[in-house]
Amino acid sequence: MIVEAGHYALVLAFALALFNSVIPFWGIRAHDDRLMATAPSVALVQFLFVATAFGALVYAHVTSDFSVLNVVENSHSAKPLIYKIAGVWGNHEGSMLLWVLILATFSALVACASRAMPQDLHAAVLGVQSWISAAFLLFILLTSNPFTRVVNPPMEGMGLNPLLQDPGLAIHPPLLYLGYVGLSISFSFAAAALICRRIDAVWARLVRPWTLLAWMFLTLGIAMGSYWSYYTLGWGGFWFWDPVENASLMPWLAATALVHSTAVMEKREALKIWTIFLAILGFSLSLMGTFLVRSGILTSVHSFAVDPRRGIFILGILVLFIGGSLALFAWRANDLKQGGVFAPVSREGALVLNNLVLSIACATVLVGTLYPLALQSLTGAKISVGAPFFNATFVPLFLPLFLIMPIGQMLAWKRGSLLGAVQRLIVACLAGLAAMLIFAAWHGAPVTSIVIGGLAVFTIVGAISDVVRRVAIGGSIGENFHRAIGLPRSTWGTAIAHAGIGVTLLGLAATGWGVEKVLVIKPGDVVPVGPYELVVKDFGAEQGPNYSAKFAHVNIRSGGVKIGSIDPALRFYPVRRTSRAEAGIATLGLGQVYVSITSSGANGTYDARMYWKPLVVLIWFGAIIMALGGFVSLSDRRFRIGAARRIQRIVAAPQPAE
Amino acid sequence: MLWGLLALFTGAAVFAILWPLARRPRGRAEHVAPDVAFYKAKLEEIAREGESGVLSQEEAEAARTEAARRLLKSADAVTPEETAKAPASPRLRLRLVAILGLVFIPAVSLGLYSVIGNPSMPDDPLAARLDVSPNKMTLQVAIAKVEAHLRQHPEDGRGYEVLVPAYLKEGRVEDAVRAASMAMRKLGATPERETVYGETLVYAAHGVVTDDAHKLFVQAAAGPTPPLKALFFLGLAASQDGDKATAANYWQKLMARLPEKSPGRAELKARIAALENASPAPKAAEVAAIAGMSPAQRQATIHKMVDRLAARLARNGQDVEGWLRLVRAYKVMNETDKARAALATARHDLGNDAKAMGRIDALARELGLS
Repeated sequence: MIVEAGHYALVLAFALALFNSVIPFWGIRAHDDRLMATAPSVALVQFLFVATAFGALVYAHVTSDFSVLNVVENSHSAKPLIYKIAGVWGNHEGSMLLWVLILATFSALVACASRAMPQDLHAAVLGVQSWISAAFLLFILLTSNPFTRVVNPPMEGMGLNPLLQDPGLAIHPPLLYLGYVGLSISFSFAAAALICRRIDAVWARLVRPWTLLAWMFLTLGIAMGSYWSYYTLGWGGFWFWDPVENASLMPWLAATALVHSTAVMEKREALKIWTIFLAILGFSLSLMGTFLVRSGILTSVHSFAVDPRRGIFILGILVLFIGGSLALFAWRANDLKQGGVFAPVSREGALVLNNLVLSIACATVLVGTLYPLALQSLTGAKISVGAPFFNATFVPLFLPLFLIMPIGQMLAWKRGSLLGAVQRLIVACLAGLAAMLIFAAWHGAPVTSIVIGGLAVFTIVGAISDVVRRVAIGGSIGENFHRAIGLPRSTWGTAIAHAGIGVTLLGLAATGWGVEKVLVIKPGDVVPVGPYELVVKDFGAEQGPNYSAKFAHVNIRSGGVKIGSIDPALRFYPVRRTSRAEAGIATLGLGQVYVSITSSGANGTYDARMYWKPLVVLIWFGAIIMALGGFVSLSDRRFRIGAARRIQRIVAAPQPAE
Repeated sequence: MLWGLLALFTGAAVFAILWPLARRPRGRAEHVAPDVAFYKAKLEEIAREGESGVLSQEEAEAARTEAARRLLKSADAVTPEETAKAPASPRLRLRLVAILGLVFIPAVSLGLYSVIGNPSMPDDPLAARLDVSPNKMTLQVAIAKVEAHLRQHPEDGRGYEVLVPAYLKEGRVEDAVRAASMAMRKLGATPERETVYGETLVYAAHGVVTDDAHKLFVQAAAGPTPPLKALFFLGLAASQDGDKATAANYWQKLMARLPEKSPGRAELKARIAALENASPAPKAAEVAAIAGMSPAQRQATIHKMVDRLAARLARNGQDVEGWLRLVRAYKVMNETDKARAALATARHDLGNDAKAMGRIDALARELGLS
């Protein structure tokens, strides 16, 4: 009964989404408050129903109800509970349901945040959200229904893809979806602003927290996915320029530009066209990512099932939303009046440059991702566009951003002085140069690592010096401290996020200093890897709950002293008859020793890859710092207009009694 | 019960539409106020930043002018009639939307659900399926129950022992191998368990007594009263090696211990009889020569021998033993198609010999080719 109730709840959610796609707009057109007021109420109830459906599916997975096809195909009664739950979204149907659940959650949050919003804009945002919900709910119900039943249920399921049996599965997809779907809110806001002709600073302030939130989750989701592939694929790499990774990078680039653009729009009412365009672009790219992954055009660990019907359906959704929003954009072009004017050398100017660079970088990735697909469908030729292409195009485009970033932060709004900005960055410049000297002395070649490492340090110190210059303007330590506390949180957020990307860049630069060894190992081998010696002690085997594993026991020695040990393993999952590597990773300082074993050769040996990766932790640590910056910025008081107004109302309440 | 719940859900959905329609709307001024509140807050913010020195005096002045200008603009937009209570929504329109909600939501949801839903199917969680009375239990359920028990108590070797015959009945040979080996590991080796494990290995190898299986049967038969099955498989191993004397020896021993009325006697007798009039097996010298070759050479030689046998049978197809050996050889060489073809030819050639046909059919079953 629970399963069928969940199924019906999903159908009801679709009916409500259809209703909400039309009536609020009627209300807006007729200036009818009551009609508009249905939007938040319906959005909230719709969320409850989608949550019910999702809960029912989780229940079916947890209780191993093999009368549900989705459970049969993706679960197994021997699976640990966490993978029974995470396995709900470890497959196509379930992950689409999670997608819609997050969409409904965001809609419900917007529905609750009505106080600060003009009612027509509020209703329109929810209306546009309902278009998206309706499209995807219909997609799920018709082509990817997770509630399809089995008449003669088998006693056992087929189990989950072993590559996905990892705690990463519990975190990575929800985070990434929060990011992708969060961008739908920016999109809905943009479409609603175009419909209601409210493209102004108030709108920018309203949309900013949502964009920031989506950007934060996207940042964390990408970083998490990268770390996951780093330790499960066993190749020692963390980014492969795989089309699926690119599909998440592109929305991130657009969202990053959008976050900056809304800031300008809020402060100065400028960059309206940029902001609206980026909001549409960001969500379009995340839809395109969904299409590429779900249609089966790309085959990877992410594409669970291939069904051409699904591809065509999503392509339809894609064309409808991108085409529709761009048409709306063109139709309302006259409303996109120029706002505040500014000189080329100014904070705004720097941010325009930032938008340009990010957009072009995004276009580069788009070309690199779609060109092989287009070529294959036109001529049948299979080519692979990988790291060499992106290193030659994306990297040189993206790197100058790190130079602009601290300078932009130092420029004043409207009209700035480039010379003054550079003067304020003397400390950062010196720190960057000093870092280059230190890196050259410490590690030496390659030169690119030294230069990029210096650039990273310049960015970090530059980000911090923006805060320092605002705080340390004389006075006692106490005064400075108070000034630091009083600084707007968004200023802190900017500095932290910029420092974060600098930290990531430093980690990336350090890959040039890494050591890689591919060899055959046997017990007793001593392999020098970077500053350490890896001693292969022995091989062993163990039995997990639903896999059997062979592992190597490796000790790490530094100067003859044992400082740690790792057990890289090769796991075999009998239900799916596949194996996967479980890399052995030891974090030493900010670097990592990484060993993975791939296959057992003859007479008791294994093929192994051994790496020393200096500063590699910084890559992901930087992403966490970036997200933290977003969070600090999000807590800025300016985003809490609603709260402030509520307090005013309480004070004002006695007045009508007079 | 389910329909009651679905009705409740539908009611809640319709209520979500009717409730805001029935409520008195908020005043319009409130909805426009966010603009004004925004610029007021901005002015306060500029003042605060000016005081704390974050903004220079000039910057603060410029920002204040701009914000004030926009504040005036948005305050102007709130026209007097909008400040007043919004006009009541036309009754007709409200009724229309209410009726739309009442009709449209149930129509769409029940209509779609009646097409894609399965309201008559109850939940079927695994735990409930396993929790049935023993006499209604199917073999599958029983297996699943024991498996679940073993996950909780992986040390219970009895469970594995029980599973082996059940798996074999279900055709899950590889699971049977695993269970038999686990049972032996957990409970210790006895002649019976060694025989069971060996037997599963033979099934897994499609009827061929492999070296591993042979070792197990030898161990099992070491005691004074070897298990009957061990004797049988030892004989089978010898006959597969072409060692007729040893095979006959084991099977005679087995025959001596089989009770008078055992149905196995007839089949065993047939097997012993077949040993005697079988075609000559490869000569011992030939076997020794093969053993000393490199793997590639050995493969080639074996292929040659098999081809020779096939050619001989093509000339004269009245040799049951020859056919049995050829089919088995093709199966071992993984040439299933040739094995099937050989089976068909054998059936054609031996058509009028019922006994021989019986043995051919038995082999086909044994190798999973029927």
